[in-house]
Amino acid sequence: MKNIDSYTHTRGESIYLDDIPLTAGTLFGAVYGSPVAHGKIIKLDLSEAEAMEEVVRVFTYKDIPGNNQIGGIVPDEPLLAEAEVHYDGMPVAFVVATSVEAAQAAVKKIKIEIEKLPVVTDPRVAQKNGSLLVPPRTFKLGDSKSAFLNCVHIIEGIAETNGQEHMYIETQGAYALPAENGALKVYSSTQGPTAVQRHMADVLGIGMHRLEIDVTRLGGGFGGKEDQATSWAIFCALATYHLKKPVKYCLHRMEDMRMTGKRNPYSSDFKIGLDADLKIMAYEAIFFQNGGAAADLSPAVLERTLFHCTNSYFVPNVTATAYSCRTNLPTNTAFRGFGGPQGMFVIEAAIAKAAEQLGVHASEIQQKNLIKTGEEFSYGQNVESEATECWTKAAGLYDIQKINNEIATFNSSNALHKKGMSFMPICFGISFTKILMNQARALVHVYTDGSVTISTGAVEMGQGVNTKMLQVAARIFSIDPARIKVNSTNTYRIANTSPTAASAAADLNGKAVQIACERILERIKEVAAEILKCGADCIAINGEKVSANADVTSLSWNELVMAAYLKRVNLSEHGHYATEGIYFDNTKEKGHPFAYHVYGTAITTVTVDCLRGTYEVDAVKIVHDFGTSMNPLVDKGQIEGGVVQGIGWMTMEEIVYDADGHLRSNALSTYKVPDIYSVPKVLDIHYLETVNDNPAIFRSKAVGEPPLMYGIGTFFALRNAIKAFKPHSDIGFSAPMTPEKLLMGLYNSKND
Amino acid sequence: MLQFILNNKEINTSLPPGMTLLDFIRYHKQLTGTKIGCREGDCGACTVLVGEIKNNELIYMSVTSCLMAIGNAQGKHIVTIEGINLEGLNAVQQAFSDEGATQCGFCTPGFIVSLTGYCMNNKTPSYEAAIDSVNGNICRCTGYKSIERAAAIVNEKIQERNSADPLQFAVSNNVIPAYFLGIKERLTKIPVANDVNSTASAKNLGGGTDLYVQQHDTMEQQAIHFLFDKPALKGIIQNGNFCEMGASATVTNIAESLIFQRHFKELKRYIKLVSSTQIRNMATVAGNFINASPIGDFTIFFLALDAKLRLSDADKKREMPLREFYKGYKQLNKKDSEIIDRISFELPGTNDLFNFEKVCKRTNLDIATVNTAIWLKINGDEIAQAGLSAGGVGPVPAFLEKSSSFLAGKRISTEIIKELISIVQSEITPISDARGTERYKRLLLSQLVKAHFIQLFPSLPLEKILIA
Repeated sequence: MKNIDSYTHTRGESIYLDDIPLTAGTLFGAVYGSPVAHGKIIKLDLSEAEAMEEVVRVFTYKDIPGNNQIGGIVPDEPLLAEAEVHYDGMPVAFVVATSVEAAQAAVKKIKIEIEKLPVVTDPRVAQKNGSLLVPPRTFKLGDSKSAFLNCVHIIEGIAETNGQEHMYIETQGAYALPAENGALKVYSSTQGPTAVQRHMADVLGIGMHRLEIDVTRLGGGFGGKEDQATSWAIFCALATYHLKKPVKYCLHRMEDMRMTGKRNPYSSDFKIGLDADLKIMAYEAIFFQNGGAAADLSPAVLERTLFHCTNSYFVPNVTATAYSCRTNLPTNTAFRGFGGPQGMFVIEAAIAKAAEQLGVHASEIQQKNLIKTGEEFSYGQNVESEATECWTKAAGLYDIQKINNEIATFNSSNALHKKGMSFMPICFGISFTKILMNQARALVHVYTDGSVTISTGAVEMGQGVNTKMLQVAARIFSIDPARIKVNSTNTYRIANTSPTAASAAADLNGKAVQIACERILERIKEVAAEILKCGADCIAINGEKVSANADVTSLSWNELVMAAYLKRVNLSEHGHYATEGIYFDNTKEKGHPFAYHVYGTAITTVTVDCLRGTYEVDAVKIVHDFGTSMNPLVDKGQIEGGVVQGIGWMTMEEIVYDADGHLRSNALSTYKVPDIYSVPKVLDIHYLETVNDNPAIFRSKAVGEPPLMYGIGTFFALRNAIKAFKPHSDIGFSAPMTPEKLLMGLYNSKND
Repeated sequence: MLQFILNNKEINTSLPPGMTLLDFIRYHKQLTGTKIGCREGDCGACTVLVGEIKNNELIYMSVTSCLMAIGNAQGKHIVTIEGINLEGLNAVQQAFSDEGATQCGFCTPGFIVSLTGYCMNNKTPSYEAAIDSVNGNICRCTGYKSIERAAAIVNEKIQERNSADPLQFAVSNNVIPAYFLGIKERLTKIPVANDVNSTASAKNLGGGTDLYVQQHDTMEQQAIHFLFDKPALKGIIQNGNFCEMGASATVTNIAESLIFQRHFKELKRYIKLVSSTQIRNMATVAGNFINASPIGDFTIFFLALDAKLRLSDADKKREMPLREFYKGYKQLNKKDSEIIDRISFELPGTNDLFNFEKVCKRTNLDIATVNTAIWLKINGDEIAQAGLSAGGVGPVPAFLEKSSSFLAGKRISTEIIKELISIVQSEITPISDARGTERYKRLLLSQLVKAHFIQLFPSLPLEKILIA
């Protein structure tokens, strides 16, 4: 089934936040952000801005009726700065004016005097200073210390990954409207309507029941609108609360890039120990996560780094410690993969470095150590593994022998260009690692004409979750999908939602839809049984036709629904689903946190221009564990998009802050995401239908985040190409591999 | 009063001519299919088509509406996604839908408009050209593979056109509505390019691709002297060995110029390195010079060629070599009242060699980290005269004078290249910034100088140059 939004999307008729028709009298907001990354506010002068004719009011923390606090995990983040500022762009004031232009102009008239304090942007420096967002955590399996004593090869090193700008093409925004009795309706471009509602209630000092948060769809999210969408919605709500006027704020791209957090950069130490057979016997890692100025989601991101620190491999002795470090950058946050990619990169670097020192191809070590069913990860979960299955399939299907031969031939006959390849196996756990978040609700109404609406807690942001929700209902009811509509995500219809994140929205909300539909179906089957005079278990509905004892009757879906209504049968249901069997004990750092794991293997080949230091990705060939895909077209899009986003993170996407904490890559002209020419020439996906049972919706495994990590393979393929040109290049493990790092790696080596 | 056609409707507006077309479309006409992604021409979400009559033919081009002043729409046909929509999906929309080429959908109208524009133009269709038409559109969701598949389907359809009239074919093949066939006639009733709002203090505006990026918040209120459509500033002609270009010649004009194609064998490769289709349709050569960016691609190109500018101040005109035009960072050797009205340069002859190189973080649609051009006049096996320029390695786009004169009278060898590189290094003063460190820029320029010679002298010992 095609994405249900594709008709309106391609016609430009889909409605995003900035497309909502304005109510008369709407005012426009703009944030004044701190010009300094760290300091004490001595004086804030709003007078010139306030004096502007079109300016209605300028809000500061003093105007907050409730708590000046929006921290999700740790209450450490004020909505508006009070005495201190902790990053460049930290909101200090919110201007409301009669036009966007006036609000923007007024922001420029605000003056601030700040006593500067030292700026820290490096997580290792922050850790040395003891500046952590939360206490460090350590995952342990076996005894790595004594295991190293028995290792034949021990390799140590440092690996770094930079951040990543989400670059959703629709910037952050919100539109708040006053409602009666002190209530507000707020349109927000958020992945977490409940987070917006909860924090808004706290800031305004009113009950959550007065806040209707509504989300039709996002123009991209990728994690960047999970917690980071909240403040803009509250700014608008705060102004509406005071002014009783609609207030809207859509961020300019440069405001968005400057003021919002990104993927957490990491700097990490690794130590890996192998036996003579290249089995990994011990692994130690210390992760220094750059959290930014407040906790945001960084502690949860950090946790997933630990969960995935051994990627797809079984390592019997692991000690992994992670520090979430406070720096003077915007609060870094969720981004597709959520710490997993950062953890996986480090062990891949460790394996690559070991392979280089031992003179073998990394794939030898990788393949030997793939986790098998029944083996456990450091957090104590025994897995149903598809790792070897994916690897072997990829190596055979794509003929790795041939790929290697072609590369060897090419490299020996070309001086100017070199090719490189890599394997990238992935293993990604599905479930929110915070167990309580693994719940969802869905509201299903069947109308007397047989049409159906669905509301869930899932937010549509291009991943096709609404299409999947509709498919669930269409399949359970066995009716024409055209009869079903998926409504906006709205806190008045669905309460206490988990954010659309962790790749889990289709599973959680899909199961809730399934439960709701099944209950309605059960009730109307009883009605059919009554009409057709047989047992309810003899009734089936197929393609809108009712059968009794496998005989198609003349009773249609429409007639049955109307009959049920006339009999006063409830045609609505609110389904609730909570994932079973998952648990985690934080005191022991052990448990069974994931409903299941997703596996896959990617083979990446690249060509490097050794004269100019530029490169192309020739091919990414993937075998991916889908379980049984319920929507191959949508899932293919997720794989392709994830791979390219991962490649972007590993290659051209470079976030640059200067020493004062100012973002230098602050626009699309200075921060580059992949364009149509820079994507892999070939991107093959093999759908591996895996037979193990899994608790995904219709056994269709979650697909949002895992493919991003295939992109990591590009980094290592490029590295191998560099080594083909210059075997003793001292190029380190620092992503992204920009053309700069690559050229320096080709020519500037200590060993020359 | 500005007059143009927006989709199927004649527009008369007295809104400020400096207002962006994007704001006009979205906030004054409530046509919200055109999206805002960056307001600096880098994402393509706001792409619209601009139709105008050239040589008695109605030609459509894609532009980013965030960088186009409505003053530059005078007498033209502006087409948004709403103006393309038919009763059901058009052929491009259907292909996108079928291939899953739309996910969040925010970039999608821009892609649809760009690719529909491709279906309407009169050039020989090819898959490559179809992809080129969306090279200024950024999608963060799909990874583009589904968009490639959709473009392939669209292209197959357009291949069937043969010699049919593009607009007629597009109308009869479910690509655009029938009203397009009446546009040419309707456009003839609207005057083209009147010089609205021109005062002494007015700001000179070409295509707007730099000005609207740098001063987007003040341009709307600015008095503007519109240069883009002035007939006197248009055209590319050959005069003996010389080429003369109007100052408002666009990058697209250069790319399509037979004169350029004849004299620069690798023109296509160079053009692909310069911005995107939408920006090339708007960006003028003179604008590139006036912007004075140290990495202006065409500035570097024409510095090597020793182009001459004609500066005009009302009736007073004077000539100046481009090589003398830059006094310091963003400081021009001209009076405020002067504009560039013509550019001329000697076309490379059959014995001449020319090459342009550029490296940036992303190979295409990016601003150069370092770019460089070289022009060599060859006499036998000697270089008679050389022009070497480089951008991103100093406060101004640099003509490397010492390096250029060093080359005169030399026979190319690995040693000479080595010597040249050390002179090049002595002439440049790169700084570390978001595009790269000083060390990198120095290394990169050395590499690109080598690249010039590897490109131009295929018989040289390649590996020796590589490690020189």
